[in-house]
Amino acid sequence: MEISPVFFYLFAGMAIAFSLVTVLKKNPAASAFSLVMVFFAFAGIYALLDAHLIATLQILVYAGAIMVLFIFVIMLLSADVPSFDLGRSHVTLRGAAAGLGLVLLAVLVWVFKNSTPAAGSGLFTVDRVVAAGGNTQVISELMFSQYLWPFELTSVLLLTAIIGAVAIAKRRPAHAAQAATKGVRS
Amino acid sequence: MDSAMFWIPAIAKVALVAIVLLQVVPVMIWVERRGSALMQNRLGPNRVGPLGLLQSAVDAIKMIFKEDFVPAHVMPFYFLLAPVAAVIPAFMSFAVIPFASQIELNGQIIQFQIADLNVGLLYILSITSIGVYAIIMAGWASNNKYALLGSLRSSSQMISYELSMGLSLIGIVMVFSSVKLGDIARAQGETLIQLGSLSLPKWGIFVQPVGFLIFLTSTYAETNRLPFDLPEGESEIVAGYHLEYGAMKFALFMLAEYINMTTASAMCATLYFGGWQLLPGMSWILGQLPLDGMASEWARVAFEAASFTIKVGFFLWLFVWVRWTLPRFRYDQLMDLGWKFMLPLSILNIFVTAFMIYRGVI
Repeated sequence: MEISPVFFYLFAGMAIAFSLVTVLKKNPAASAFSLVMVFFAFAGIYALLDAHLIATLQILVYAGAIMVLFIFVIMLLSADVPSFDLGRSHVTLRGAAAGLGLVLLAVLVWVFKNSTPAAGSGLFTVDRVVAAGGNTQVISELMFSQYLWPFELTSVLLLTAIIGAVAIAKRRPAHAAQAATKGVRS
Repeated sequence: MDSAMFWIPAIAKVALVAIVLLQVVPVMIWVERRGSALMQNRLGPNRVGPLGLLQSAVDAIKMIFKEDFVPAHVMPFYFLLAPVAAVIPAFMSFAVIPFASQIELNGQIIQFQIADLNVGLLYILSITSIGVYAIIMAGWASNNKYALLGSLRSSSQMISYELSMGLSLIGIVMVFSSVKLGDIARAQGETLIQLGSLSLPKWGIFVQPVGFLIFLTSTYAETNRLPFDLPEGESEIVAGYHLEYGAMKFALFMLAEYINMTTASAMCATLYFGGWQLLPGMSWILGQLPLDGMASEWARVAFEAASFTIKVGFFLWLFVWVRWTLPRFRYDQLMDLGWKFMLPLSILNIFVTAFMIYRGVI
């Protein structure tokens, strides 16, 4: 299916504008809110490409879970201190950042100009995916048959990370524990 | 495809859903006020219009003409953005809910559903998960400790119950092996058990009773309704995240809450009570009507929509009923219930469902 150019430019423009806001705003919470809008714009582009599952997961996981956590941390740690403010203008730092940014841009442009796009989308064309029951069905069938082992191993890895996070959060530094007991006694 | 044949039904459906959702709100506020009065043996608003029906309209007019006050200490941009961010997801999530089956018009099949996405359920989960931003934004931009505490409480509650809500829906997805709400509603028309002339339909409630209870409880927490209305608490955090809001900005938060309630009720009806499948007796009445051709088709659609509306109406009433019957939870009880009871129970429900599907029981 052909992407409607109107919607593509709408979402692409949104993504660029909100990315700039994310980088340029000094208030970290405002940056985080604009990053959420960037994720939305990306989800819109994925949906235009008929990748509805990726679009939904983008919102569910990135906008709905990860960014909420980010915003919680920002709000709890430094409510409105502009912690990213480096103070006086560092000319060398800014120059270096701008230079590196331009180099990255040049590399990306060069790559896009010189690489040949893959011929079609291979086995999974839009029509064939729709005929097989849609994105969700095709992906879940593959995930639970051909890619079962990688899928299960990833789950175990994530579970290990969760248990590790809980273990680290549970451990209290020795002096904090002492202070707590002292507080109770006095 | 002829673009007019695509756009006219699409725009008509969007307009219908948006207008009906907006009309549900004042009616529900009236039902809530009169219903609470009924349960507490008093009258409730009964002066404006017949039975006080125009009370909500008058309240809305009052809200519109009230001074649009922005306190000096807030962050104005995010303060004004928060109510908008509450209303938009509330309207968006109704888009995938089917309110009747389909009709063939000039050789084109029209689904009574704005969009039959192949990610249906996941779409609703993802849209409700971003409703949390409005609350965080309101609490943070209000620059007020009560508001911030209220918003933190409310958003951690919503995040906690999202887990058990998502896991309880997995049982439904396993039984009907689809995440498209249209398919799920259609599959519930099948017969589960035939007892003589009585047939029990394969409604979600009969194949997933535990999942339904978990889902229903989670929706009450997700919509911040009693017995889980922890974001507010006069004696602890005053009015919570909407402490600094007044006039139409406050009304928008209320609007979002009631639309979220409607969507939650529609989800309950669609996933567990057959959606637009006709209620017992309605198909008999439909058979008695002397209609043929297109007229009978439209009558069928009207009956399906009416059946869906009755089911949604029941769950909306249940929201009011529960609110004025049960006492509210304490915050630690709420978190214990969510994490130590509902979450393990919903995981157990998935295992039991998988076992029953494996044995061919459902």
